[in-house]
Amino acid sequence: MTLLRVENLAIDVARDGGSCRLVHDAHFSVDRGETLAVVGESGSGKSLTALAVMGLLGEGLSVSGGRILFGDEDLAQMSPQARNDLRGSRISMIFQEAMTSLNPVRSIEHQLIEGMRLKKRLSRRAARARALELLAEVGISDPERRLKQYPHQLSGGMRQRVMIAIALACDPELILADEPTTALDVTIQAQILALTSRLCRDHGVGLVLITHNLGIVARYAQKVAVMYGGRVVERASARQLYRAPQHPYTQGLLASVPRLDLPRDTPLRPIPGAPPDPTVRLGGCRFHPRCPRASDLCATEVPPFVTDGGHEVACLHSGSQSSKPKGAAA
Amino acid sequence: MASYMLRRFIGSIIVMWAVATLVFFMLRFVPGDPIAAMLADAGGPDEIEAMKRNLGLDRSLFVQYAIWFQNMLHGDLGNSIYGSRVAVTAVLAEAIPRTLSLSLLAFVIALAIALPAGILSATRRNTATDTTVSLLAFLGLSMPDFWLAILLIIVFAANLQWLPAIGYAPLSDGFWPWFSHLILPSIAIGTAFSAIIARMIRSSLLEVLKADYMRTARAKGLTPWMIMFGHALPNAMIPVITVIGIAFALLISGAVVVENVFAIKGLGRVLIEGILNRDYPVVQGAVLVVSAIFVFSNLIVDLLYGVIDPRIRLN
Ligand SMILES: Nc1ncnc2c1ncn2[C@@H]1O[C@H](COP(=O)(O)OP(=O)(O)O)[C@@H](O)[C@H]1O
Ligand SMILES: [Mg+2]
Repeated sequence: MTLLRVENLAIDVARDGGSCRLVHDAHFSVDRGETLAVVGESGSGKSLTALAVMGLLGEGLSVSGGRILFGDEDLAQMSPQARNDLRGSRISMIFQEAMTSLNPVRSIEHQLIEGMRLKKRLSRRAARARALELLAEVGISDPERRLKQYPHQLSGGMRQRVMIAIALACDPELILADEPTTALDVTIQAQILALTSRLCRDHGVGLVLITHNLGIVARYAQKVAVMYGGRVVERASARQLYRAPQHPYTQGLLASVPRLDLPRDTPLRPIPGAPPDPTVRLGGCRFHPRCPRASDLCATEVPPFVTDGGHEVACLHSGSQSSKPKGAAA
Repeated sequence: MASYMLRRFIGSIIVMWAVATLVFFMLRFVPGDPIAAMLADAGGPDEIEAMKRNLGLDRSLFVQYAIWFQNMLHGDLGNSIYGSRVAVTAVLAEAIPRTLSLSLLAFVIALAIALPAGILSATRRNTATDTTVSLLAFLGLSMPDFWLAILLIIVFAANLQWLPAIGYAPLSDGFWPWFSHLILPSIAIGTAFSAIIARMIRSSLLEVLKADYMRTARAKGLTPWMIMFGHALPNAMIPVITVIGIAFALLISGAVVVENVFAIKGLGRVLIEGILNRDYPVVQGAVLVVSAIFVFSNLIVDLLYGVIDPRIRLN
């Protein structure tokens, strides 16, 4: 059953009278107990999309089109109060900045139990008991002692574990994890990712795992949505995507990261050029200036999604190897 | 933390000793002779000599200092060399509660205004509320306190007759007599203080509201009240407390001036009369008390840091 379905989401930022579109067309869905990876270079609009789902877009930013269906309600149409009720209880989020996402002057206990006390109406004692369980569950030893401590007494990996515990505290249905490991040591990264995806699977929580590293998602996600320049350009199961990436951008991304399934000495080839500047108008496919297969049509035509056995791609020249144009009608 | 506080405490004592010593010698280099002032035309040279011997002023400066210092350690600040030669400690015992009542009440009123004003203007940045608060704060900062004091007397005491214009009633006379005498001077002193703190809270809050942990708090779906008082303010108050410590000094010096306008015989009045009369022991005693208030309010600020910020308390 579909838990979250983001359709044609557009996000604008207001600037000197007018507005500038930052996210053009985010489109994906995630089921209960499933992990969806949203992958793309930095600046492709992943964080904004997640914040829009949370209803936490910053000042000047707004959802200007599309739908965010949670169950059968459109979050984009909900009142701020109703959204605040959902936050923390049915949808929670884990952020990128492990070191700074916890309040430095409040104890771990306070930060863990305040949500449960508010959202689940637990007594202090019950919330505390649950907090101890949660800390144990995210792999923190000596939870009694940790509860009394403050963020500065914890390592980065430990803080991110606390954030995961906070996200799980009220038994949410959906968790958005925005690059939860980028600020951490490489050795800790895999642990945190494994922990997050395991807990979500065990608790039947839908997980949207945002990352810029296509190399790591294979192990943890069932589905992948590839985002480029504010638009989702390819959606597939993780297996399909790795075996036969269709979009030239996805292929470029895969060639630029180390992979376990290829020989060790396979050279890494970064995608030349840089992601589009959202302030500059760009027609057609947003990837065409960097695309090795781009034709004249790509600069004018926004490619529609083409589905092939659950593998969806928005490219006029998609395909594993061939560079033969398929035409806009395909 | 404990050893740090001990060091700070010893440091404070040394500062107080230095201030007291400085004042002792400075007073004696101020032109003007207390005996001449006291006896005016009435005394001949013999009487002046007798008086000086009587007061110990005929000895060398360093002997005077040593005697004064030794007595001070025993809690004896000497007697006024003026009039009925009442003990300095008695003069101070009468004055201190007045000045402290005044400053503390001013402090409480100022914070009670500054806190909501600062929070409102930060959370409603660039709205009419914010502009109004900024304007009022600017006005409050630009008005000299003695002038504000006179204004308040004219409006609330003379015209409206809601409150007494001058004087003081001790708390033992009842709460209202005490309170009613202190409201106007407290506002006169506290206004500038309040303006400084409100602006400080605003800018500190604006900084804190951008922090990552504030986004975490919002992601928990907490109520606006929990977000402000549970997460934003405890962080925003850390730099504000430093300013409060410094601005408290402003409050005390404000009290010295405003006491004179309202004819409250607090430390300010004692100090000024003492200086005019070259009443060395009284001035020394008053300065000692004022510096003690300064030093200890700073000490309290340091303690508060530890209370509010676990990074300090636990290191
Ligand atoms: N508040 C904002 N104002 C203007 N531009 C923004 C704002 N937030 C993000 N952007 C821009 O939107 C684009 C997408 O940002 P983001 O969602 O953070 O990307 P990602 O998370 O994929 O790295 C970037 O080009 C970024 O510069
Ligand atoms: Mg991001």
